[in-house]
Amino acid sequence: MSDFWSWYIIALTVLMLLGCAGLLLWNRSISEEEASKKTTGHVFDGIEEKNTPLPRWWLWLFILTLVFSVVYLVLYPGLGKFPGILGWTQEGQWQEEVDFVHKQTQPIFEQYAQVPVEELWQHQEVMEVGARLFANNCATCHGANANGARGYPNLTDNDWLYGGEPEAIRASLVNGRRGMMPPMIAAVGGTDEAVRDMALYVQSLSRPALRDDPTKAEAIARAEPRFMMCAACHGAGGVGNPMLGAPNLTDDIWLYGSTLADIEEAIRQGRGGVMPAFGEVLSAERIHVLTAYIYGLSRQ
Amino acid sequence: MTHTPPSGPINYHYTVVRQFSIATIIWGIVGMLVGVFIAAQMAWPALNFDIAWLSFGRLRPLHTNAVIFAFGGSALIGSSYYVVQRTCQTPLAFPKLAAFTFWGWTLVILLAAITLPLGLTTTKEYAELEWPIDILITVVWVSYAIVFFTTVARRTTSHIYVANWFYGAFILAIAMLHVVNNLEVPVSAWKSYSLYGGGIDAMVQWWYGHNAVGFFLTAGFLAMMYYFVPIQAGRPVYSYRLSIVHFWALIAVYMWAGPHHLHYSSLPDWVQSLGMVFSIVLLAPSWGGMINGVMTLSGAWSKLRTDPIIRFMIVALSFYGMSTFEGPMMSIKTVNALSHNTDWTIGHVHSGALGWVAMITMGCMYVLIPRVFNRQGMYSTAWIYTHFWLATIGTVLYIASMWVSGLMQGLMWRAVNADGTLTYSFVQEMEARFPYYVVRLVGGTIFFLGMLLMAWNVWKTLREENNDRNESNLAAA
Repeated sequence: MSDFWSWYIIALTVLMLLGCAGLLLWNRSISEEEASKKTTGHVFDGIEEKNTPLPRWWLWLFILTLVFSVVYLVLYPGLGKFPGILGWTQEGQWQEEVDFVHKQTQPIFEQYAQVPVEELWQHQEVMEVGARLFANNCATCHGANANGARGYPNLTDNDWLYGGEPEAIRASLVNGRRGMMPPMIAAVGGTDEAVRDMALYVQSLSRPALRDDPTKAEAIARAEPRFMMCAACHGAGGVGNPMLGAPNLTDDIWLYGSTLADIEEAIRQGRGGVMPAFGEVLSAERIHVLTAYIYGLSRQ
Repeated sequence: MTHTPPSGPINYHYTVVRQFSIATIIWGIVGMLVGVFIAAQMAWPALNFDIAWLSFGRLRPLHTNAVIFAFGGSALIGSSYYVVQRTCQTPLAFPKLAAFTFWGWTLVILLAAITLPLGLTTTKEYAELEWPIDILITVVWVSYAIVFFTTVARRTTSHIYVANWFYGAFILAIAMLHVVNNLEVPVSAWKSYSLYGGGIDAMVQWWYGHNAVGFFLTAGFLAMMYYFVPIQAGRPVYSYRLSIVHFWALIAVYMWAGPHHLHYSSLPDWVQSLGMVFSIVLLAPSWGGMINGVMTLSGAWSKLRTDPIIRFMIVALSFYGMSTFEGPMMSIKTVNALSHNTDWTIGHVHSGALGWVAMITMGCMYVLIPRVFNRQGMYSTAWIYTHFWLATIGTVLYIASMWVSGLMQGLMWRAVNADGTLTYSFVQEMEARFPYYVVRLVGGTIFFLGMLLMAWNVWKTLREENNDRNESNLAAA
């Protein structure tokens, strides 16, 4: 803010406050001549107006608010560039509150950070802290019970896209994940029939009985050689690849649904999933507790 | 100007007043019905039936626009056309232009009722209507100003009555607010972008938003109060001096209060502080109107027992006093940190909207409608009593449930465990609101039933020659 605008604001504010005070000063009492007459003498459609002076309590209430304003504007920022003698800022207040909470809670979390994840999750108290961190940071996508939703993995089933070891979970939390399956329609043959064949084949990976169905066996056999294109990520036999976050297709656990329509959509359009990075949102110690909580979810 | 009382009877123009007063009733029913429906959606979200134009996000602006600008606006424009003639003792200037303002305003309302459910919106709260409608509003409003101020200029009274100061301030301020806040760049027939960006856009929006409260919902309805309370009470206005002081203080100070809507935001600290201190200074000027209204009844307190219309007015003034105390309190940063974004705000708004704006309108319409339709009074006084209780109980249920819900929200959001984590997740807090949303719906429904009873009473007043006591209700020739 330039000096001009600062002074402009100060002048307007002071004028406003002085104006209010002047208005009260000028009207604080009425002349004896006025007081001697009951009404002003104006009549509007039968309405008259009395010459009652300003109620005293109201006048003092008004003055009190003006005094409060002056005091407040001396203490706090308000008059242009003048920062107020308390030096208060909203960023400062925020930082103070954050520092306070940090100081209160840091010893607790530092203590937790000493314990390895494999052991930490077995402490009931830690799981409760973890559950609260989870409810406020993770439940939006993964659900209050961590059961996931379409496109958001279930964290309670011991099936892991990127691995279930503590370090893999920690990496997911700190850096986030970006799951990406490209559209595969051209790679599987480019026709509707080829897509349908491949969808059936993918279904048959976790449901071998389909191969015995004579109406489907042929389609599955047609798709089998083309699965080579998919195996680059999903691995030979479709067992998945945690290095890439490519799901295991043989375990009948489905991130985007198990119907032929769901699978065909994945083949045609590909899939994209994003887990945001929490490394800058939560402290390392809190991520340690969350890692233990998530590690523990499928072990309870 | 010389004081020359007109020689013969003055030929007042009431047609446009009649039109606006009936429109007030109709838009009141429509706006409140939408309010009841979206209150039900808050409790049971499935009531949007997965239909886009029934969704809360589209119907909520329809509700606010309908009750503020259609119901409230019709009451204000209609009553001002009545009051300005009567208190200036001169017929309304340019009756044809006045007629245009009625049909123009009606067109604005109909366009709003179509475009808002279609999702055509500028996204600015209380200024959602898109640019073609904004232009129409401007034309209608300027016409309204010409009619009003020309009538004032042609007055045969020596002074300008206080009600007309407030109506005048309302008309001028709304013209300025509407034009400045709606400066926008059209990109197609039904889409525009605000001329302002970022924090400045937010500041202009809430400068507009809060002064819509100040000049539309406060100054305008105070104007109504200043005419109809002394008329109905048959008493002189309590203090001329007080009306001068609180008028000038009110219109000067209101302009500063907007930033209290943006506490703890990217708005600079100094703007927030100024918004807060002037909101607190606003307490006394606001209360000046309440004192002048309530104390006008001194010497006639018994009318509170015998006249349900006076009850409407006095209870409205009480709610006005309460909301204008609550407002400055909520503008204090420490309080705002708890109340902001909670249902407390909704409760505060409705103690003003239902308790003050709607109830003073109902009281005034019960006086105005018989007068402009040549009736002795309303068809049924008993029904006005019933309406009074429906309105009061509905308002109390509504605001009490929202206060409790809002305080609960604020406290649950800030509850922290020893480990520094939040005690409740957002969805846990949201689940806890459910019972209050049901109570709010019940309160709103009761209030709405009162509005229906009023409409029925108006219908009977217009249609029947006798009142419900079987006496002639026609005004003496």
